[in-house]
Amino acid sequence: MAEITAEATAPRPAQDAELGHRRPPLLAVGPLAWAKANLFSSWISTAVTLALGYLLVRWTMGFIDWAFINAIWSVPVTPQGAQTQACRALGGTGACWAVVTEKHRFILFGTYPYEEHWRPAICVLLFIGLYIVSAMRRFWRPALALIWLATLAVIGVLMWGGMLGLSYVPQERWGGLVITLILATFGIALAFPLSILVALGRRSSMPAIKTLCVLYVELIRGVPLISLLFMASVMFPLFLPEGMNIDKLLRAQIAIILFAAAYLAEVVRAGLQALPRGQYEAADALGLTYWQKTGFIILPQALRLVIPPLVNTFIGFFKDTSLVLIIGIFDLLTAGKTAIVEPAWQGFGIEIYVTVGLIYFVFCFAMSRYSQGLEAELNRHRVR
Amino acid sequence: MSTTMDPAGAAPHLASAARTDAPPAIVLDKVNKWYGSMHVLRDVTLSVATGERVVVCGPSGSGKSTMIRCINRLEQHQEGRIIVDNMELTDDTRSLDAIRREVGMVFQSFNLFPHLTILENCTLAPIWVRHMPKKEADELAMHYLSRVKIPEQANKYPGQLSGGQQQRVAIARALCMKPKIMLFDEPTSALDPEMIKEVLDTMVGLAEDGMTMVCVTHEMGFARQVADRVVFMDRGEIVESGVPEQLFNDPKTDRLKTFLSQILRGH
Repeated sequence: MAEITAEATAPRPAQDAELGHRRPPLLAVGPLAWAKANLFSSWISTAVTLALGYLLVRWTMGFIDWAFINAIWSVPVTPQGAQTQACRALGGTGACWAVVTEKHRFILFGTYPYEEHWRPAICVLLFIGLYIVSAMRRFWRPALALIWLATLAVIGVLMWGGMLGLSYVPQERWGGLVITLILATFGIALAFPLSILVALGRRSSMPAIKTLCVLYVELIRGVPLISLLFMASVMFPLFLPEGMNIDKLLRAQIAIILFAAAYLAEVVRAGLQALPRGQYEAADALGLTYWQKTGFIILPQALRLVIPPLVNTFIGFFKDTSLVLIIGIFDLLTAGKTAIVEPAWQGFGIEIYVTVGLIYFVFCFAMSRYSQGLEAELNRHRVR
Repeated sequence: MSTTMDPAGAAPHLASAARTDAPPAIVLDKVNKWYGSMHVLRDVTLSVATGERVVVCGPSGSGKSTMIRCINRLEQHQEGRIIVDNMELTDDTRSLDAIRREVGMVFQSFNLFPHLTILENCTLAPIWVRHMPKKEADELAMHYLSRVKIPEQANKYPGQLSGGQQQRVAIARALCMKPKIMLFDEPTSALDPEMIKEVLDTMVGLAEDGMTMVCVTHEMGFARQVADRVVFMDRGEIVESGVPEQLFNDPKTDRLKTFLSQILRGH
């Protein structure tokens, strides 16, 4: 055996020198080959590529002209109000970012007292910090729950005030981005655990629990979020005893939690059903209790399977918080809308909506990217 | 269906470890079970002594898997009594948990937990069900992984192992609970032929240690070498049972004769 191998390998070096080191042809691998195969494979695809390329360049140039080159970043403000003649003179050829410069604090903080804006600003930073800490796996330990409770308590104190020398700010004056973050964070943080319980309950062998969970999901899922919000804001107080009043924001928050949980429960249930029966049986055969089986075997696998639809639902609910505008809560979008009610700024909606849209996009895109990374990391065990 | 007649058949039969002085490990007394209107277990009566090794065979759909799964109540019987380790199987969950702690099970499809490493697969139940300290559970797991000859795979995930290795991990995982009884539900049926032997060897080693075993299998060589008793089931009932030599060489019923000729003809 050894002799044969020696014979087979011996002539190699000579052969290599003789033949020279050959690379694959330039047009068979690499970016040029890719472009040839995907963009210029036939005369039709070449034509489409060129046409689309032309449009892309034109639109990009047009956008850069509008958004940067012709844009006006600020306008003089006199005691009579903002002087927006310069913006109007553009006639739509350039963006009037002055409206954002002028109104950004209103968009971010709504009608919160102007000199106290640092309080919601810190809250927004605290929320973002909370997201970042929660996203890091090395912080995934029981202490994280305490971090959440502490942060949320600090946010509450900052927003309400009335203690530690902070002036009291009633909830009606809260608004802007911080409202959106409050609704989305509490909404998802409370709806998710609730949805897991409901999904488990729907698969329970106990008929009463199962019926209750099915009823809950079907009832909540069967009505629009707007009608739930209306019920929370208009009908719910009618059932409360005289003089008792629950904060409007809290009522809207509860409606959002209940609504989100019903949707998330179905996503989680899909994950539970995707697991093979053998996993349940193996856990049973080892003598694990129901909650041990669920916590160690079933949920870790089921939730990993449904990360994409879960995050899809999370992103949906982040944006659905904007529906609270119909019951008069000042979230990010409502604040943006209200900012251009002032006569001087009427007609500059595009700039405001682009800005508000960009804020939503940053949060949603961050969630999306993070979930992709998480999915890849948590499903490493499937790679052989 | 895969059978290996020759290799293990040539091996001498292990000395029986069945103890007549101790109470039986498993008693099934006129057990009946239906799926809807289908009668899948008919008056099954079987007693397995402590240390006894019973091989259950029979055509597919004969109820042998259902019977073995009733022993640790993955399936519920509807009539009759099942007594395991002196405890009767009832709806009482506490006695059920107690029984499951003492009965290890190995499945046809391994059923390892894919999101946990091999070591974690083995230590999960000892830590949470037996309340064993983690360090001790790790040592125990490494002991049994060495016994099934794959200690070096401890930190891999099940998906990175071959079928035979996975099944050996499944055996180690069950052993980590230090069960008194081991149930095997067609442990080699999902394996490639070259991996069957490594799993059977592990099971023979277990038998040598005197473990009480009930094994559903078509590995007749294994049955000849290890079984104290072979039970032949067909259409939900026990048709014939006896020591392997007598059962295989001198079948009394036509049903067993047909079954034996079928599995022999297949190879």
